[in-house]
Amino acid sequence: MDQAILKVDNLTKVFSRKGKPDFTAVDHISFTMHPGECVGLIGESGSGKTTVVNMITRLLDPTEGSIILGGEDITRFSGRELRKVYARMQMVFQTPTDSFDPRCTLGDGIGESLRNNGWSRKETKDEVTRLLEMCGLSADFASRYPHQVSGGQCQRAAIARALAIKPRLLICDEATSSLDVTIQKEIIALLNKLRWEKGSDLSILFICHDIALVQQFCNRVLVLYKGKIVEQGEPDEVIRNPQDPYTRHLIDSIL
Amino acid sequence: MSEPTIRIQKIKKDTVKTRLIIFGILALILLFCSVFCEHLTPYDPYLQDLKNAKAPPSPEHLFGTDRYGRDMLSRVIVGSKTSIFSTLLLVGIVTVLGTMVGVFCGWHGKWIDTVLMRISDMFLAFPGLVFAMAVAGVLGGGLQNAIIALVAISWPKYARIARSQTLAQKETPYLKAARLSGSGTWKIIFKHILPNIVGPIFVTSMLDIGTMMMELAGLSFLGLGAKPPTAEWGSMMSDARSLLSSVPWVTLAPGFAIFVSVMIFNLLGDTIRDYADPKSRGR
Ligand SMILES: Nc1ncnc2c1ncn2[C@@H]1O[C@H](COP(=O)(O)OP(=O)(O)OP(=O)(O)O)[C@@H](O)[C@H]1O
Ligand SMILES: [Mg+2]
Repeated sequence: MDQAILKVDNLTKVFSRKGKPDFTAVDHISFTMHPGECVGLIGESGSGKTTVVNMITRLLDPTEGSIILGGEDITRFSGRELRKVYARMQMVFQTPTDSFDPRCTLGDGIGESLRNNGWSRKETKDEVTRLLEMCGLSADFASRYPHQVSGGQCQRAAIARALAIKPRLLICDEATSSLDVTIQKEIIALLNKLRWEKGSDLSILFICHDIALVQQFCNRVLVLYKGKIVEQGEPDEVIRNPQDPYTRHLIDSIL
Repeated sequence: MSEPTIRIQKIKKDTVKTRLIIFGILALILLFCSVFCEHLTPYDPYLQDLKNAKAPPSPEHLFGTDRYGRDMLSRVIVGSKTSIFSTLLLVGIVTVLGTMVGVFCGWHGKWIDTVLMRISDMFLAFPGLVFAMAVAGVLGGGLQNAIIALVAISWPKYARIARSQTLAQKETPYLKAARLSGSGTWKIIFKHILPNIVGPIFVTSMLDIGTMMMELAGLSFLGLGAKPPTAEWGSMMSDARSLLSSVPWVTLAPGFAIFVSVMIFNLLGDTIRDYADPKSRGR
């Protein structure tokens, strides 16, 4: 039962740029996530957090390394195989408003994964309503377009979309950074509620650059600096007794 | 300081809208004429009346008659069917074909993209109409071959636009989200990419209607398009050009028709471009 939900091994991404030397955005990182665990990934802007999760979700091809999801090596998957994987892994994007097609309604976006998995139009509609309500939005948001809702509402819709297919692994790429503090609190409360309800059926990879938030929300934290994991451990431990100079700097600058 | 700016924007928006309505109506009138041309002609356009040949414009024959005594106004009206329909058909084919190639290249990438784009570069490197003449010459005359020739030279432009738009779309978070929702290639292309790129492509094809009409008439004029006695503006002009000094109206009437139609479609295209541009709409 205690099989790792996600195992990342030596993951590396090198961007080759025209006229400039190659740039290593992610440098041989390895970590493991267990069922029900909530892992925080922190690091300053540009440290490679989004690149890491884009590789895990296979939106970006890794240069090196492997990604093992629930015991299955998905590093080389493509097409139909990959689409099946997305029923177990979902992501909330860094920019909520841009992550919905401006020409489709929020309801279309939220129900898309269900429709792709053979749900009927009627079933999908009911489920979208349920998801919206679970995320604190009323049912009429389903027929709105992304530019007709606020950033916070869009973020909730994005979470509803990610949860629609009931993934085992949820990746939140700075799901709260673009929001003000009160909305941020509500989103965290929502994620916390989900964690309690689902127990070991839901693991969350939580990307953030707010170390205080990670402390209250995550079981474990990974500190990313210039594409490398410089420190990992329990949040309290890391904050109280940082081993790496960068982590110390990060903590000092916040507290 | 800000109030005058707002006012200017508003006025500008209104004029764009008025222009859109005016040119839209004019274009619709043209289309209407070409659809119902048989019922709008005052005389039978193919009926010869040698007694009345080469008659100058008069109240009975507004555009005069040609050397067989056929009423020029009727011939110009009937010619609109061939000229306008083949132009719209041409633009339609080029738009769809070019967009398909472009979206495919942009989405698929890799070697197939490189090959197709090199081919389109090759086409773009030739001077368009000269190349079309060569193609039409090889295929032989006829309206159909003229259309094929013009499709051959015009698709790369659309393929380029569609490709670059597709590449830009591919990087957007919502497309990544669609992939993450497990949507397949076809669904992504038809539901997410195409609706987001049709705007600029449509504007380009509207702007091209005038040019295409000229080029098609040009090929016909050179004898590489519609053949007489089919009433088509380009071939009608070419037909009568030897008599330009003695009976100028036979050449000028279809020329005038081309001029007016090209003008209307160009202005309509310009207006649609202005209207589609959010900056000029002053949102
Ligand atoms: N497609 C790309 N080509 C070249 N360099 C890239 C590309 N994508 C990202 N990078 C670079 O990789 C580094 C990491 O980017 P990434 O988006 O992963 O940062 P991040 O940690 O998510 O930052 P933020 O907190 O601002 O979102 C940056 O220096 C960025 O400039
Ligand atoms: Mg990021």
